Amino acid sequence: MSDILEVRHLTKRFGGLTAVDDVSFSVAEGSIAGLIGPNGAGKTTVFNLMTGIYKVTSGEIMFEGKPVHDLDPHIVAEMGVTRTFQNIRLFRRLSVRDNILTACHGRADYNVADSILHTPRYRQGERRLATESERLMDLMNLTEVASSRASELPYGLQRRLEIARALAVRPRLILLDEPAAGMNPDETMQLMALIGRIRDEFACTVLVIEHRMDLIMGICENIVVLNFGRKLAEGSPEVVQNDPAVIEAYLGAHEEVSAHA
Amino acid sequence: MNWFYIKGILILCGINLTAVLGLSLLTGFTGLFSFGHAGFMAVGGYAAVWAGLRMGLPFPVALLAGGLVAGIVSLPIGRLTLNLKGDYFCIATLGFGEAIRLVLDNVQTFGGARGWAGIPVTTTLFNVTLAAALGTFVMVRLVHSRHGRNMIAIREEELAARTVGINALKYKMMSLFISAVYAGVAGGLQAYYLGFLQPKMFSMTRSTELTIMVIFGGIGSISGTVLGSILLTALPELLRAFALWRLVVYGASVIFIMISRPEGLMGGKEISIAWFRRLLRPVGVGGAGGSGGAGGAGAGGRGVRQ
Repeated sequence: MSDILEVRHLTKRFGGLTAVDDVSFSVAEGSIAGLIGPNGAGKTTVFNLMTGIYKVTSGEIMFEGKPVHDLDPHIVAEMGVTRTFQNIRLFRRLSVRDNILTACHGRADYNVADSILHTPRYRQGERRLATESERLMDLMNLTEVASSRASELPYGLQRRLEIARALAVRPRLILLDEPAAGMNPDETMQLMALIGRIRDEFACTVLVIEHRMDLIMGICENIVVLNFGRKLAEGSPEVVQNDPAVIEAYLGAHEEVSAHA
Repeated sequence: MNWFYIKGILILCGINLTAVLGLSLLTGFTGLFSFGHAGFMAVGGYAAVWAGLRMGLPFPVALLAGGLVAGIVSLPIGRLTLNLKGDYFCIATLGFGEAIRLVLDNVQTFGGARGWAGIPVTTTLFNVTLAAALGTFVMVRLVHSRHGRNMIAIREEELAARTVGINALKYKMMSLFISAVYAGVAGGLQAYYLGFLQPKMFSMTRSTELTIMVIFGGIGSISGTVLGSILLTALPELLRAFALWRLVVYGASVIFIMISRPEGLMGGKEISIAWFRRLLRPVGVGGAGGSGGAGGAGAGGRGVRQ
């Protein structure tokens, strides 16, 4: 299996603060990988660098052999990388259907004149988008709530909708930022099954940030641990779980570490 | 009230509606506030008169030329300011509007502060209605396309819109361009209705008036925009009986709407065929199941829920 994503010596500084410090790791194509670490370890910053929201200070991020750092987020999305957010960012006042329909936009190519004149190209395009979004809602079990406003959905469904909206972009790599935050154990179990299905049914590599160790240890094949912006450990769940440095970062062996974590 | 007077009000409604439709795309659908659209009206107005009187183009072509010039002027402004976050864009447009007015005040080619008189009165109730109807039609179709949906997505959550592949800058520019074209055409219609142009007509007060109409009618609703601009244009005239108090009543009614319906008159909903059907349906039957027809007609597919 080749690597779909390769992060090399990634560094991000905000003024005097080094949020990500010389981090290198890679993600195998078709795998489910985890990015973990205590609060403030720089996990979300890594996601922001990967999706073009932040510019890198130094280092590079290669997706399918092509550099994706320092590109605009919409170009990164077109290349096949998209994400969800830690604090859910849905199109709140739109229906579930319109959230997904909007994200499908890249599948149609009609222009403004086509939309005003309702040319065959417009009608075909709209039909394709509608079919595609119905299919996605079906796969993600959102058909029942298709007409509800996104903001009115229960929390678990909002998370699922955000994942569905990201999948509408047809990504080859999807970045999930704390998808289980605020979920009860039952919802977390469903989410784990869902993440597995995404990988299999959408032929999509998954990189997930999560604090819930049960989820991470249950589904990830490879785990990268960050602490204070540096990579602490990398490997399979067993290797990471037994790594003394990881245990120290999480449980705190020294006074000074626990004070920071 | 004689017909001549009523006709005058209706023509003003049509002119305002044309300008407000464009602004509605920018503010209501893309989420960008502008306090400089009178500036685009001025550019369009002067350009249309120039095209008509100096270049001898026929009236409809002159109007379109005015719209196009306003649109072209919007491009460098958009390029420079649309990267700025929300409030800063708003302030930049305010500066633009005032700058246009001051430039026109001082450039003698266009008559300076004295204005440009002797423009043939060509705008009639017929052609202003035609322009406003065409403008409404185009706008409805635009917001129900993927382009319109992309603009709405930017209004709702810009960062998320960008991560699903929407080029935010391009769509904001497109939205500003189209809204400037509408404002330009409205400026031309106004010039050819009043028979003269004066920079004073395009002050910030005029820009604010347009924005108030958008918000009054409801963010993200074309029917709201139509209702808002017609009501708020006609209201000061209907209130003439109150004499000195009419502007107080005008202000009070705007405040009343803002307090009682913060989302505006229509608040993202649309009046559509499905909406009328819903109205006629006996009370109690209209359950939770959103009717399929409403999806196609509502702004961005939002059905009307009561």
